[in-house]
Order: sequence, then C-alpha cells, then structure tokens
Amino acid sequence: MDIAIASGKGGTGKTTLATNLASYLAEKDKVVLVDLDVEEPNSGLFINGEIVHEMDKFKMIPVWNKDCSLCGLCQEVCNYNAVLHLGVHIMVFSELCHSCYACSELCPDSALPMKPKKMGRLKHLQHGKLSFVESRLEIGQEQAVPLISQTKKYINENFYQEIIRIYDSPPGTSCPVIEAVKDVDYVILVTEPTPFGLHDLKLTVEMIRKLDKRYGVVINRFGIGDEGVSTYCREENIAVLAKIPNRRAIAELYSRGELVYKHFNDVKEQLDLIIRSFDQLVVGESV
Amino acid sequence: MKEIVIISGKGGTGKTSLAAAFAYLGGTDIVTADCDVDAADLHLLLQPEVKKAEDFYSGQLARIDQDLCNQCGCCEEVCRFDAVKFLNGKYSIDTLGCEGCGYCSHVCPVGAIPMEENNVGEWYISTTKVGSTMVHARLGIGAENSGKLVTKVKNEAKKIAEEKDLDFVLVDGSPGVGCPVVSSLSGADFVILVTEPTVSGLHDLIRVHQLVNKFKIRVGCIINKADLNLKVTSEIKDFLTQEKIVHIGDLPYNDIFTNAMVNGQTIIEYDQNGLSAIINVSWKKIKKLQQGDN
Repeated sequence: MDIAIASGKGGTGKTTLATNLASYLAEKDKVVLVDLDVEEPNSGLFINGEIVHEMDKFKMIPVWNKDCSLCGLCQEVCNYNAVLHLGVHIMVFSELCHSCYACSELCPDSALPMKPKKMGRLKHLQHGKLSFVESRLEIGQEQAVPLISQTKKYINENFYQEIIRIYDSPPGTSCPVIEAVKDVDYVILVTEPTPFGLHDLKLTVEMIRKLDKRYGVVINRFGIGDEGVSTYCREENIAVLAKIPNRRAIAELYSRGELVYKHFNDVKEQLDLIIRSFDQLVVGESV
Repeated sequence: MKEIVIISGKGGTGKTSLAAAFAYLGGTDIVTADCDVDAADLHLLLQPEVKKAEDFYSGQLARIDQDLCNQCGCCEEVCRFDAVKFLNGKYSIDTLGCEGCGYCSHVCPVGAIPMEENNVGEWYISTTKVGSTMVHARLGIGAENSGKLVTKVKNEAKKIAEEKDLDFVLVDGSPGVGCPVVSSLSGADFVILVTEPTVSGLHDLIRVHQLVNKFKIRVGCIINKADLNLKVTSEIKDFLTQEKIVHIGDLPYNDIFTNAMVNGQTIIEYDQNGLSAIINVSWKKIKKLQQGDN
C-alpha cells in the first residue's frame, strides 16, 4: 500500500509524521520510507541505518556532436528554448531541457544524441525492518520531477507493493507534488490549525480531489491557532485521522533529530489512530 | 531600487510572517511581491485590495482532435511523459502529465494534435492595508511553470517600483531549491535566509546557501525560534561566520507569530513590544546594508 504524506504549506510536520509513523510501524512490520522532497530532503536526519545502495541519478539531455547541416529544426521543435541555433553552433541549455527527446529524434542528421547528465543522488538505507530511500537534487538543477519519478521507479523495482510504502512529499501544489502523490493509494495531508495552514490545506484538498485520491487530514500542533481547520474538515466531511499536540518539548525533540513517539505516549496513540485507519482502507479494498 | 528576497530552503521557518512585518514597516517605500505562487499566504496578513487581475499563460498543452485522429498511436509512442492515454478506443492527453513539449504534435501524421496556450494561473496588482503596492499570484492546481509565474510577479513589482521611484522590492520566496526559487533569485540584490535551529533547518540552510552562492548575491540570515535549541543555533552562527553571511538577528520561539496570524495582523501590529522591537532593528539593519553599493 502506497501512502503519501503531503501539505501545501511547508513546515507543517510532514517529515515528523513520515519518520515517526514509518519507524513505529517498522517495530512490527516491514516498511519503506521514501523521501521525495528531493529539493530539501530531511527524513534522513531522523533515520540511522546501514547503506544498502547508493547511485547517481541522471536525466537525459541532447549533446551536439557538431556533425550536422545546421538546419535549425532542433531549435524549432524545442518548446522550452533549451536548444539554440546560433550561427554555426547549436547550443543546449540543459537546465531548461525537459528530456522530451524531440530535438534528438527528429534531427535529420542524428547530431543531437541524448546523453546522461547527473541531476541527483539516490541513497538506500536499512535499519531493522525499515528501509529508507532518499534522493537529493544537485544544487543548481531546477527540475525536481524527473528525480522524483526515477526514485518512484527504484521503489517499484525493489520493494513489493504489499508492504506499506510511505512517501514524504515536497510542499506546495505544483508539479513536484503531483508527481509524488499521483500513483499512491492514500494521501495524508498534514496541516496546522492556523490561517496559513487552512489556506494551504484548501489548495491541497482541491489538488487531491482533482487527482481523485482518497485522503485524510492530520492536524499538527493541535491546540495552537484557531478552530478554522477543524470547522473546514467537518463542513467538507474530511476525515481528521489524528491530532498531534502543540508542545515545545516536541519541537525540541524534532530540533535534535529525534523521533517523538518514543518519548510521548499521547503521540504514539495518535499514530495508532492513523494506523487503524489504514487497516480500514485494506478492509475497504477487499469488500 | 534594490530587490530583497526572503527564502529559507525549509518551509515553515517564518518567511511569510517576517516578510509581512517588513512590508508593514517599509510602508509605501516598498513594493511587495509574493513569489511563493503555489502556496501564497502573504495576502492573509497584508489584506490587499485587488486593483488589477490578469490571467497568466505559459507553455502549451497538447489536445487531440478526435474528428481528425486516425488512431495510429504515433503520439503515444514518442511521449516521454506517459501523458497520452488510450482508453475506450480513443487517444487522449492527460493534462496533468503533459509537459507541453509538442513532440506528439510534430509527429502526428494527420495534424490532429494542436498545441494550446496553457492558462497556469492568475496574477494581481493590489493595494495593501498600509497603502503600498503588492504583486501576487495564484498558480493553477498542479500547474507547471511556477518559475515563469514567479518571474512575471517579480518583474511587475520591479516595474512599479521603478515607475514610482521607490527604494525596495521585497520578495517573499518559496521553499526548496528548485525552479521557483531559482527564478526568485535571479536579479536580486540581497537575500535574507530565514532559518530555525533544528537539524532540518540547518541542513536546508546550507543547501539553499549553496544555491544563492551560484548567483553571487549578498546574504543575511535571521534565526527564528533561536532559543529552541541553543546547540544548533550556535552551529548556525558558526556557519554564518564561516560563510561571511551577515547575522541580522535572532527571534525567540514564541506563539505570538501564530496569534498575530489568527488576527490577520503582522507581528508589528499585534505585538508592540519585544518581537516588534527586534524586527524593527533587523529591518533597519537590512536597509542599511543596501546603502553604498550602487
């Protein structure tokens, strides 16, 4: 079962929930935790483990081999202005390239073969029953989507879908999040009970509904702010799976890279509530 | 005119609350730009009145004309984004998957795939509650090209600042190090990194600083929730010294940020005492740092 943990607003507690939930589940069962926030991957700061595998990840970009008639078709077909025909040169701007292959495959002289360019690095760790996979984008690379999609591919090739696979997603509502959540079975939206949290939760719910995913909300820092998020969820019939209390001691544990549920029973109880809702999902599927 | 960009790498460190406070202090001397276009929150504190709204088109999306399509499948074969779907005997485009490259359109033998301009959002010019101009936007759900919308918002803000001969454009950026952040950095004069003393905060600060370094922009840093973890705060300070980043100020861990937000107020309006005083000093420091390097 694939579960994504997402939020519109950054810093609402996605990583806290993902790492605590995965580690807690892994006390009993095999679990995979995947950090898909490739721009700023943080889950790894909370997980220790032995390295199983590490590899560079590449995106394919056209490289001009100079053996060409300079017809300019490459520039014409590129919708991203990533290929320019300048005098007797063809220039490729790899940051702008989306790896669509059009220039390369339509070139009558085969003068733009696609070659790999490093965009990031994937790491796979093991700690007891917990497998942890993260990818981090090279600084200066702008596109997170291809790295997210390759990381998902690695997961599908290396882990059975029968086990719980948890995806810590990037913030926002644009293309990187869509790539992270579009294939999962269930999305947990983490929010905080504040006007910013509510505003961004609404945007995220709109996105999840467009993707037609099943989802539920976890309210983090519960107790701070106002009633807006609770009221909204009630009015929209959105399941609130759990409420993690607002407590300075929790923020302090997080600040040190420690797991919270090991210190606070009430947090563990909230995780149990979330896990119970997964069980219902599985039952729901078999009916 | 100087362009000051506020970013953080990690989300939720207090960028927007601080941007709103600075915008409040700056009053009508500045133009504010909310460049966190896919989760824009600044308007909740500055309560702008929209004066002008415009659709934003960027990039294209493929569409298959069913009357012309001969179902050869060439489009599906060339699409690297898995965006051509074959369902119930028909080819169609999954608009969330389509990246608008146009390859399918080029290879379609019967010209059945027009590329259409893509409406990715809306942008606005507004007047904030302090009477200053604010440029902001709303990116369509799941849209591509957030970087281009960021550039649009920033350029409009700059244009207005130049026309009115104002001192500053203040940009609230997005989290991460990807395309919207890169777009918000291009052309900036000064970057304020807002961080927090958590292992994640420091980790993300280092990464986003690497990105800022590529642009050779001067950098300052504000440590929010500085008393949450004194050990990490001192690590952050060491990093600032080592990288010659100006340490602008420290803010305490405090629920006032949230309380002000609940009231729809900037911290300056909500809390006239401690926090406001620190932010005031920080803002003065930031303004001073912009002098004498024209």
